[in-house]
Formats: sequence, C-alpha cells, structure tokens
Amino acid sequence: MELTLWTYEGPPHVGAMRIAASMEGLHYVLHAPQGDTYADLLFTMIERRDRRPPVTYTTFQARDLGGDTAELVKRSIQQAVDRFKPEALLVGESCTAELIQDQPGALAGGMNLGVPVVNLELPAYSKKENWGAAETLYQLCRTLLREQLPAPGTPRPSPDRWRAEGRRPRVNLLGPSLLGFRCRDDIKEIRGLLGEHGIDVNVVAPMGARPADLVRLPEADANICLYPEVAGPLCSWLERQFGTPVVRTVPIGVGATRRFLAELSAVLDLEAPEANEADLRSRMPWYSRSVDSTYLTGKRVFIFADATHAIAAARIAADELGFTVVGLGTYSRELAREVRATAKELGLEALITDDYLAVEKAMGEAAPELVLGTQMERHSAKRLGIPCAVISAPLHVQDVPARYAPQMGWEGANVIFDSWVHPLMMGLEEHLIGMFRHDFEFVEGHRSHLAEGAPPRQAAAPEPALAAVAGSATAAASATLAPPTVTEGTAVWSADGEAALRKIPFFVRGKVKTNTETFARDHGVASITEEVLYDAKAHYSK
Amino acid sequence: MGSSALRPVKESVDAARFPHSLPPDGLTRKGPTPVPMASTPTLPPLLRESGQREVFCGLTSIVWLHRRMPDAFFLVVGSRTCAHLVQSAAGVMIFAEPRFGTAILGERDLAGLADANEELDRVVNDLLERRPEIRTLFLVGSCPSEVIKLDLAKAAERINTRMRGRVRVVNYSGSGIETTFTQGEDGALSALVPLLPSSDEKQLLLVGTLADGVEDRFLTLFERLGVGPVRSLPPRQSTALPAVGPGTKLLLAQPFLSDTVRALERRGATRLASPYPLGVEGSRAWMAAAAAAFGVDPNLVAEVLDPLVERGRRALAPLRRQLEGKRLFLMPDSQLEIPLARFLSRECGMELVEVGTPYLDRPLMAEELALLPQGTQLSEGQDLERQLERVRAARPDLVVCGLGIANPLEAEGIATKWSIELVFSPIHGIDQAADLAELFARPLHRRQLLKWN
Repeated sequence: MELTLWTYEGPPHVGAMRIAASMEGLHYVLHAPQGDTYADLLFTMIERRDRRPPVTYTTFQARDLGGDTAELVKRSIQQAVDRFKPEALLVGESCTAELIQDQPGALAGGMNLGVPVVNLELPAYSKKENWGAAETLYQLCRTLLREQLPAPGTPRPSPDRWRAEGRRPRVNLLGPSLLGFRCRDDIKEIRGLLGEHGIDVNVVAPMGARPADLVRLPEADANICLYPEVAGPLCSWLERQFGTPVVRTVPIGVGATRRFLAELSAVLDLEAPEANEADLRSRMPWYSRSVDSTYLTGKRVFIFADATHAIAAARIAADELGFTVVGLGTYSRELAREVRATAKELGLEALITDDYLAVEKAMGEAAPELVLGTQMERHSAKRLGIPCAVISAPLHVQDVPARYAPQMGWEGANVIFDSWVHPLMMGLEEHLIGMFRHDFEFVEGHRSHLAEGAPPRQAAAPEPALAAVAGSATAAASATLAPPTVTEGTAVWSADGEAALRKIPFFVRGKVKTNTETFARDHGVASITEEVLYDAKAHYSK
Repeated sequence: MGSSALRPVKESVDAARFPHSLPPDGLTRKGPTPVPMASTPTLPPLLRESGQREVFCGLTSIVWLHRRMPDAFFLVVGSRTCAHLVQSAAGVMIFAEPRFGTAILGERDLAGLADANEELDRVVNDLLERRPEIRTLFLVGSCPSEVIKLDLAKAAERINTRMRGRVRVVNYSGSGIETTFTQGEDGALSALVPLLPSSDEKQLLLVGTLADGVEDRFLTLFERLGVGPVRSLPPRQSTALPAVGPGTKLLLAQPFLSDTVRALERRGATRLASPYPLGVEGSRAWMAAAAAAFGVDPNLVAEVLDPLVERGRRALAPLRRQLEGKRLFLMPDSQLEIPLARFLSRECGMELVEVGTPYLDRPLMAEELALLPQGTQLSEGQDLERQLERVRAARPDLVVCGLGIANPLEAEGIATKWSIELVFSPIHGIDQAADLAELFARPLHRRQLLKWN
C-alpha cells in the first residue's frame, strides 16, 4: 500500500484507452464500474476530442455482483460490436473487474464475433499507464500479424531491399498516441524530415492508424521507435519476428536529429546526410551561438519528465544550450536504466520516482535556475519561485496548443529554444527590476509573471485605473490588499458590507467592489451595506 | 437506491405557505399558467434505463467536501484508478499538498503477503505525522476495497483507539459500484451522524454543503426572520459538529442526501418538506418552510423576503429572455437535475425535453416533482448510447451533461453546459438565481457571439 497524493501516470487500462482512442476502427470493451468513465474526459477535455473515446464500459454495480456479471460483459461486448462494427476489438478490465475474475477477454473469445479480439491482461495493481499503452499496442499487433509470422529460419529481409524493388525506402513511425506530448505535431515534422531525405512513411501507429494498417507493418524497411514508452516492446518484437531493424534515436534536439538521420541512413543504406543540414534547417544552432545567449551559459537546470523527454532534454541542455544539468529524473520506471545512464554521463545520479513531493524536494535542494518538467514540476517550481518550461506528459489542456509546436526535428529544436529560453528572459527581466527598483521611473507594483512565486513585496498602492479592469489579477490583488478608501464623493463601506465583500472570490472581488461603488455613487448611497452590495449585484446582473 | 424506509411525505407544496411560488405577472409563459399547488402534475411514466452509465463515482465529492472542512483529510483506500479519477476531476495540481489522497492497494496487499490492515495503519501513521493539523480523517472506501471486503469501519475504530482523541477517524464508501457522484457526500455526512451530540433544543439544521458565502447569506436572512439557532452539516470545522435531537428541523440544501436524512430522522430530527434552494422560487419556499416550522408570522416572512424576490426576479429577467422557449435536455449526473429543471422551466421559461437523474428518491423530490410542468419526461439511470440517440433525435438547444460528453456533443452542433460546475459554484439562494441562470445562458450567448465570416 502506497500513499499517493498525485500521480504522474494513470492505471494501465487508461494506457489501453490511449491506443484505442488514437486509432480508427478499433473498439475497447472495458469491464469496469461506473466512475471509471471519468477517463473519457482526459480525451474530450484535455485533447479536446470531438468524440468520446471508442470505449464501452460495462459499468457494473454492487447489485450486479450477486448475479451474473459475466452475462453483463457478454451483453456489453455484443452491443458494442453491433453498434460500432469495429475492425478489431480490445477486451479488458479495470482494477475492480480484475478482482472479480470474469475474464472478459476469454468470454469474448468464445463469442464468435467475426472480428479479431485482443484479450488484454493489464495487471492494475502493479503496472501503470505507459506500460498499459505499450502492452496494448504490442498485443494488438501480435494478434493482427499472427498469420504473417515468418517460419523459423526465414532469412531477414535485406535493409536495402527497397533498391532491388525499385522504390523509395519506407519506414513505420511507432509510438505517437493521444495524451502523449506533442505527438500530433511531431508526426508532421518527422514525416516532412523523412520526405526531404527520400524516405516514405509506411504506417504511423497508433495515432491515426486502422487495424488494417497494422497488418502492413512488416512491409516497412525499418521501424522508427519515436516514443519508447509506448512503442519499445512492439519494435523489439517486430525486430525479433520479422527482422525489421529499429531506429532508436529519438530526434528531439539538433544533435539527436542529426544522430537520428545518421542512424536511419546507415540502417537503410542511404548516403549520410549533409554535415551542415542542421544549420540550414534549424535556427537553434545560431540562436544558441549568438551573443545574446551568452547569459545562458552555465544556467543550472533541473529536469524531470518521462524517460524520452528527460533524456532528450538533458542532452539539449548540456550540449546545445550550455546549461549545467543539476538534476535529472523520470517517473518512467520501465526506462529507468536509460535515464540512469544519461545521468551518469552528466555526473549525476538519476532520480527515479513517482512521488512528486520527492521531486519537489530534490528540486529545492538542487537550487536550479530553470526547471524542465511536467505540469506538476511547473507548480512546484512556481512555489519555489523558479522559472519552468513543460517538456513532457502527463498532459494539461495547455500542452495541446492550437499552433504547430513539435518537439522533434528541426522545427522542434526551434520550439524548444523558444519555450526554454523565454522563461529565463523573464528571469533576467526580474533581475533588472530588482536592480532598478529604486529608480524614480520605476512603477511600484510592477511584477513579472513570477510574482506568485517571488517573495511578497510591499503592497501595491491601489490604482483606480487598474481596478476598473474587470477580472484582472492586478485589480483583484489591489482590492484584496487595500483598505476601503474614503475620499470625497465616495460611499463608505459599512462593516457588514465589507464582510460580505470579503466573502466574494478574490478573482472577481475587484470588479464587484468597483461596480458596487459606482452603483452607490450613481444612486446617492452614502454607506455601502451588505444590502447595497446585493442591490448592485442585481443591478449589474445582465 | 434511496427509496426505502422514508416516512411518508405529509403534503406537497402548500399554497398558503408559498404564496410566491408562481412567476410574477409579466413573466408567466404564454398559455395556461401552471398551478402546481392545486394538483400534482401528470407526468409520463418514468423511463427506467440500465446500461452504460457515464457518471462519476462518489469519490468525486471529496473535491468539494475537503474545501468545506479545511481541518479534515480524505484518504481513499483504493487503486491507482481512484487516485487518477480524483486528481482528474479536481485538478489537484494547484495544491502544494492536497487534503486528500489515495492509499493505493498493491499486489502484495491483494495476495495477502502484506496484511492490508497493518499497511493501512502504517500509511495513516505516516500521513498524520506529516499533517499534524488534521483533526478528522475520512477513510473512504472504493470499488476495490469493497470487493476485497477490507473492513474500513474496523480500521477506523482501531486507529481511533490508538489516536486517543487526537484525530477522529470515520469511514464511508465512495465506491462506484455503490454510489454515484454526489452520493459520496451523502456517505460522508451519514458517517458523521452517529458522532453528533444529542440535544432536544429546537434548532434548524441545514444539511448539505453550501458555499461559505451563500451559507452566510442564508444565516443573515434566517436571523432577520427570527429563525434560529441555525446550524450546518457539514460544519466548517470538522470538530464543530452540530447536535441533533427531537427539536431539530432538517432543511436540505442539497437533494442527494437520502441516507443522511434517514440517519438524522432516526436521531429524532424532522425533515421540513420544501423544494431545494435553487432559483428565486425554490429559495424563497425553502426559507419560508423553515420560518413556518419556527412559527414566524407570514407577514414578517413577506416583509423580509419579498423585496429580495422582487430584486431576484429583476436580475433574472434579462436571462429569462435569453433562455425562454429554449429546449433543454438534462443527462443524469449530479442529482441536481430535477430542481434545476424546475428552476429553468418555471423561472426561465425553458422547455424540458428530458430530465435524467441517476436515481429518483421520490420522497426527497416530492416538492420538486409537484412543480414540474405537465408532461415532463423523467428518466432514471442511464443507457448512454440510447440516451445520446434521443439527444440527437430531439436536437435540444442545450444539454446539461458530464465533461466526457460535452465536447463531442458540441462537435455535433449541440450546445452543452457541464454539470460539474454546478457542484462547485455558489448557486443557492435568491441572490444567486441570476448567476445560476447565467451558467445556462452563457453557452447560448457565446454561440451568438462567435462569427467566422
């Protein structure tokens, strides 16, 4: 038993949902109680999906437990197949259903459904979301490729068979999924990069793929393992069974993109890419060399993320921005070894944990000037007053931007430069404000975005002009701090009026205060009582 | 669920006690004026559905309960799914250290390698050492803890003995196999009932979590009416539990507290029949019910409340213009659906296509049902896909639904209002009626604002 206040990863069946929701023509019947349907909102709210994930929950209740829950499972499976007509069906259970042992996968197997059925066994009490996603993708492909497995002893396809077949080389992009960090844009970026090098994309999976596409996986000359957390086991299996070589370098950062292209060229027997490609295609190398960037030198950076993004970030920070990495860690236990190795190269010991308080503690001890982490590290960093950029899942709605913002490839490097350096620019501005704050031109109360984390300064004088801006944080803050003012022609707040005002949520209090005072002035009210406040509220409620 | 052993309801809404239940002149809808006082409306047969339910489980109510009682900690004994659910519903990252967490069961606990009870004691010890300010610890049962029959009542007893009064430990179930969404609060409050001291004092007990500001406002108004003493369950401090006894009159602030009401009635309390305090009409009737029970002169009630009613209606009028005639479909979720339907139809002029509710507790809803327009189609439980088919067929102007369904319906061109906001926002009381209506008007208003050509 483990006390958890917050968790980086959901349960493994949420990983399976990520695979199902990323694909087309696939449906997942999940034996789970009501309440587990909360997972739908991860997709419809965070990813702003325009449809529910393709998941049918049995939503069994306590009263079903006395009866035949297996019958409920079978009914749900049949209804899902009839209604959604999937090309393949995932069947599994969540933590509670695992305990009642209905074995829904086996039940589905005996139902003659006419579609391939994948029986998912995802141990909910020992595994987590990314493992569940990887296992689901692997089991799904295994089921769909069963008939194509080459006989033992079949020679491996030659990596340059594309030449003999008179076509361009083609590869699979494996691992991008919903709720993964910037996968949508990474696919576009890598597809473009490959196209520039004369390489076609055979299948992208799971994102956007249909079961029928997965059947074509062995037609690729190589598999690109874009997100090892999700695609690692599948890539290894395809390599073992079909002899498809795997490109394992994850192209995040300029150096990694170059190494990725070099590895890919070697695997496909292509000419090595031009040495100056990075300088021609990405602005990041020049931006980092330019004099403005000298202040980045030796900045202390603390990194915590999934393994893929943590490792990539550490290399970029050290090699491409001249930062000093003072902490590196991950919550991806399955890839802890790789993160440990990278940490060792940097003279660090990796932090492998899923306890965010341990991460916050390590962050505090490392005293970094920049934090690269998940949304949780952003909050921890804010509490510690340290600038932060988010580099990894678990996703927040902010991590699914409307604009094109890949992490991979040349454009990804540009995006990373901007998103890591901008918080520091603000940090520099903060420093300047500290330096010049005694100058007469300096407007008291000026604060950068770090205000919440910075030590409190003297209360800003209330600024009527600002307070008029409804809902502005500044207005709310000055309303909170300022005592009720008495000037000529202004109504006075009575004790009960003030008390009522204080009960209004801080973020609208400034607006309410201004409105009420305006109302009082317009109506010739001298004393603002609780009733006047409510009169004003009703007056403005339009 | 929630249907047995309730005493029969004496009467529905009493016209003499609630003379202001009718919409004011000028705001009545075209056509025959509904006269709910005279007779209960004829409603079509209840549509009972069983199938996939798209609702949160009772664990979700921790999200507002922990804010109500800042000296309490809610420890879910469950799985990673439970932890993920609560954090997904609550957006917990804004807390440095939230006052809720999950003791996640591991394989060792299930295999019996580790004694789950010993493990739980260890986790609780660590927690209390870390958080010495905690005065009440709620052990919250979940689906997995129920299925493996982990006895949290025994655990609470054991820890209580060991803590010797430093912390009070109580337990209840928020499991999805037994509770939906808001029923978690019912569980938490009914777990507190045995701990309430006894008192024969005549008092008004407000039952159900209200936003602090809203509650203060009600307290002010009750004081003006001369109704008192007024106490609340849950209290703002978990240690300041109200007393209960034969003199206690229960006024329900929330409609989802069936078990709590039964437990309080067993302690001698009497429930005041009333609609719920949503909207001008419901809130007035609610306060008037308390006033009547305390023998307050109806003239004083009118004197205190009628100006508020007038003001509330004025504030509501522009919103009514936006909502009037719009067709509303409420999917089952928060259990607030029936009172909301009553408010939105009677005071905002909306037409009700279907009013879903996770479960229908007829005695607790009697006064609300009596106020629904003739022919309102109620549905209980859910078969999600079939209900969505009805939504698509009816093409309502607005659907009230959970977060999992809102964007998909919007993408189909149907405006939605997330129901979860209704349990986090201060929506109760006459003064909040316009705010409540605005929550429903906003999605419609927004659609009018957006232009792309």
